[in-house]
Amino acid sequence: MQWETVIGLEIHTQLATQSKIFSGAPTAFGAEPNTQACAIDLGLPGVLPVLNAEAVRLAVRFGRAIEAEIASRSVFARKNYFYPDLPKGYQISQYERPIVGRGKVEIVLDDGTIKRIGVTRAHLEEDAGKSLHDPGLVGDGQTGVDLNRAGTPLLEIVSEPDLRSPQEAVAYARKVHQLVRYIGISDGNMQEGSFRMDANVSIRPPGQEELGTRTEIKNLNSFRYLEKAIQFEVERQVELIESGGTLVQETRLYDAVKDETRGMRSKEEANDYRYFPDPDLLPLEIDAEFLATATSDLPELPDAKRERFHAEYGLSEYDASLLTTSRELADYFEAVARETGEPKLAANWIGGELMAALNKAEIEIGQSQVTARMLAGLIKRLQDGTISGKIAKQVFESMWSGEGDADQVIRSKGLEQITDSGAIEAMIDAIIAANPGQVEQYRAGKQKVFGFFVGQVMKASRGKANPQQVNEILERKLRA
Amino acid sequence: MENKSIAQLAADLRLRTYSSVELTRHYLERIERLDSRLNSFISVAGEAALASAERADLALKSGDVGPLTGIPIAHKDIFCTQGFKTSCGSRMLDDFIAPYDATLVERLAAAGAVMLGKTNMDEFAMGSSNETSFYGPVTNPWDQTRVPGGSSGGSAAAVAARLCPAATGTDTGGSIRQPASLCGVTGIKPTYGRCSRWGMIAFASSLDQAGVLARSAADAAFLLDEMAGFDPRDSTSADVPVPDYVDALDDDIAGLRIGLPKEYFGAGLDSGVAASIHDAISEYERLGARISEISLPNSPLSVPVYYVVAPAECSSNLARYDGVRYGYRCGHPADLEDLYKRSRAEGFGAEVQRRIMIGTYVLSAGYYDAYYLKAQKVRQLIADDFRRAFEQVDVIMGPTTPTTAFPLGAKTDDPVAMYLNDIYTIAANLAGLPAISVPVEPAEGLPVGLQIVGDYFQEARLLNLAHRYQHVTHWHQAAPAGFE
Amino acid sequence: MDRCAPVRSLDRYEPYDRFHPPRAYATFQRFHVHFTLPMSLDPDAIEKIAHLARLAIAPERRERYAVDLTNILDLVAQMDAVDTEGVEPMAHPLHMAQRLRPDRPTEPDRRARYQAGAPMVGGGLYLVPKVIE
Repeated sequence: MQWETVIGLEIHTQLATQSKIFSGAPTAFGAEPNTQACAIDLGLPGVLPVLNAEAVRLAVRFGRAIEAEIASRSVFARKNYFYPDLPKGYQISQYERPIVGRGKVEIVLDDGTIKRIGVTRAHLEEDAGKSLHDPGLVGDGQTGVDLNRAGTPLLEIVSEPDLRSPQEAVAYARKVHQLVRYIGISDGNMQEGSFRMDANVSIRPPGQEELGTRTEIKNLNSFRYLEKAIQFEVERQVELIESGGTLVQETRLYDAVKDETRGMRSKEEANDYRYFPDPDLLPLEIDAEFLATATSDLPELPDAKRERFHAEYGLSEYDASLLTTSRELADYFEAVARETGEPKLAANWIGGELMAALNKAEIEIGQSQVTARMLAGLIKRLQDGTISGKIAKQVFESMWSGEGDADQVIRSKGLEQITDSGAIEAMIDAIIAANPGQVEQYRAGKQKVFGFFVGQVMKASRGKANPQQVNEILERKLRA
Repeated sequence: MENKSIAQLAADLRLRTYSSVELTRHYLERIERLDSRLNSFISVAGEAALASAERADLALKSGDVGPLTGIPIAHKDIFCTQGFKTSCGSRMLDDFIAPYDATLVERLAAAGAVMLGKTNMDEFAMGSSNETSFYGPVTNPWDQTRVPGGSSGGSAAAVAARLCPAATGTDTGGSIRQPASLCGVTGIKPTYGRCSRWGMIAFASSLDQAGVLARSAADAAFLLDEMAGFDPRDSTSADVPVPDYVDALDDDIAGLRIGLPKEYFGAGLDSGVAASIHDAISEYERLGARISEISLPNSPLSVPVYYVVAPAECSSNLARYDGVRYGYRCGHPADLEDLYKRSRAEGFGAEVQRRIMIGTYVLSAGYYDAYYLKAQKVRQLIADDFRRAFEQVDVIMGPTTPTTAFPLGAKTDDPVAMYLNDIYTIAANLAGLPAISVPVEPAEGLPVGLQIVGDYFQEARLLNLAHRYQHVTHWHQAAPAGFE
Repeated sequence: MDRCAPVRSLDRYEPYDRFHPPRAYATFQRFHVHFTLPMSLDPDAIEKIAHLARLAIAPERRERYAVDLTNILDLVAQMDAVDTEGVEPMAHPLHMAQRLRPDRPTEPDRRARYQAGAPMVGGGLYLVPKVIE
């Protein structure tokens, strides 16, 4: 039987603020346990929250970036439940009136078509702390609670159930990840938990309007796990239903080691969160001025940039997409393209040598040894004939290992192309004289021998002879 | 010494008639000697109080001082005091040493006031008789078989018994005004947001407001001058300029329009109390005020609304007491759930648990609209009644409580009867309005309080009205027998 | 806890709870059906509420709490008498907007002070009986 997969994602992205959403404690990652948990984060008696302006500004930027309506008045609510990493016994979140309303995100499907994914809402909330169960650390039968993370600002981005495959879910998640980093609202660091995903998965017969029973897979922190967890969950649901079983609406966890999802024991009972407006906070009002200030410096967004790269620089869809993956990469490309006037060459070099080197070193474009100016310098030398394409790759490698810019490398290693026809002719004459047998073969019609002569010339010139000139002169001399 | 007003004490301190250390020692000695009859203090600062009195004396010598420099006061044990036990009247916080000061504690200390100790209160401010305290009930200085009212019962009893010149209190549904009325002292609950809630342990955040209990409106004005004002640490703190309350005490009240809500003089009001209130209102007429009847038609619903809103907020505010980071933890928890359930059941008293359960229930799925949302709507109607009333009159007057102090234990088995004690006080909390209780002629030897409700941020007017009355009457000066 | 028709409105679940289909009872309110609030809570209901509130209530005390809470709910039920059609719910006494705080870390590490009174700590962590996920 055929089944249609229906997926919606809830993405929690940590906002890039210096201090917490309701307190002045720092948000830096990796501090000693509970050293960044102040009285407010600990929920001490008598403490009160005051909202961080920057968290609001960042949320507004996101709303604008997905073309959503920004609520002129939104409300913070308490979500009540008991858990050791939730110090107050409630999480301050937004419920009925979120700051960001309906918006959209576009993803490119495998066949190149563009699909629009609805974003239901995005709301501000505080993160919880962390429970540590390692017996070596906290002793047998105990859980240790670190509240450094408690109160860290999060933007929860809730999608419509518009996604139809694990691949679409990943494409959407990647797109949101790209976007939050583009507009500078989050570092998106997945290892540090700055970008966490919950997937709501259900299946239904194609054509059926009504949604099937869904399960929610919590706390996925990599795109690979997202894809695998959904894949597993869909298969599990199909098998269960086809074997006559009944799905239960539940929360599940993905076990990456076993590559499976399993129900969470602690969430067995139905939760009743008793949401109500937080009486310690007043309605958040966002006026036109705040909105304008928060969004006036929004950068060109990835979709617009991709379009422009395609149109303005004549790049292929693939290259335009690749080069707009991150803002830093796009800026790098534009700097090289501007400096050299050779956008396609710049795209080739960035998509080829540079990306390979970055991937190998597992670093980001911002940390590249070879700056945009350096790569532009290399391309210029390639263009003006100072070096050949082959030498250029060698120069790139030298620049990557920190031997200086292109001109320095070319000079110190004597890699300038030989374009003096007299010098090339002299080399060729010597080679022809030294290889009479091969000359005879060529003249007898064995064209393949030509390559042998080119190789000899390049060898003699240590690769520096201008290949075009070598071809011309060789042909003339051999034919003579 | 203990019968002097704060203005007189301040003048004596300046003239070195006695030092702050001597004054503080005098009050500490009175507490030591007399409080066993009242149980109005949970903890006494002793050495710490004398140390701050010494600092005040140094300041007094240097001459750069305010009216409160060297004046002893007491704080309700709901305000966090750094390094000093802050129990909120609960076993849950019996061992809790606050790691920081409440804004009001900080402000009064900065003004030179000397903290004598922390006063007893109903557990987490939930009660109208001071009988729910983990530290035992407080008795009424006027009759020690009777309650002092609550939840600021310790503060009211201590001020009435001259164990301190003035004390802070908090008022969520009448918790300053009702005990002030029952103990014969002056108690003001300012406008919601007038005094910072930072460091004041929350009961119901949208209703809680700090204020003062003192022997006169003038004394209260000296404290409120220091307490009121914007605090960036409290999002609900009002950024509204604070007038000088002492300066406004003597303003003329001729021509002032006083409204008497007919709902406050109906069935349930004790006839002796009613007679005293009417006498006091006549006094205001003699002072030139104009009296008219008004109506607050929805005010009878204030108790039902309150018993949805306050428990709902409290059920959430008190969820933090879970035995994990501070406070009471049960012995040998079997698992996490056991830790939570027993720590909370053993750490909280019965009234607190009742209110947590009511609050949990009215917020739970399926009941939210019928209870919580409905209560919020009726709350709006109650506030609208006041808005309309203040288009016709300047202030509203009536009894603070329907009866005088009742015997200890009389209502402990009947929560609803206990709740109805706050029938006249709760509406001001729901609307967020300032209100004051002023002692008038006692009824059968027990104090009676006149409640005056003002429009938003009209504290100066309320203190002025109370002061003008106290200028021509002496009820506020009466001392309970045995505590003169 | 569900012996009477619950009346949470549809709006409360839309659009936030996108993945929880609106509950069936939500439609009741659309037809303006009137409800009577429950007039009594029984000991079973007390047990459920106490669990939500994480309070250990001894079985023999549930009856007493049931009576007390029922009496309080009876008092509360007086609200039903007033028509609140079209009234905006009042969440707060003052009509002010939320003030914003500049994004500056101002809180130093005070772990030692905050943990001084903690019931059980180890390695800087607050310790609780093992949590099973």
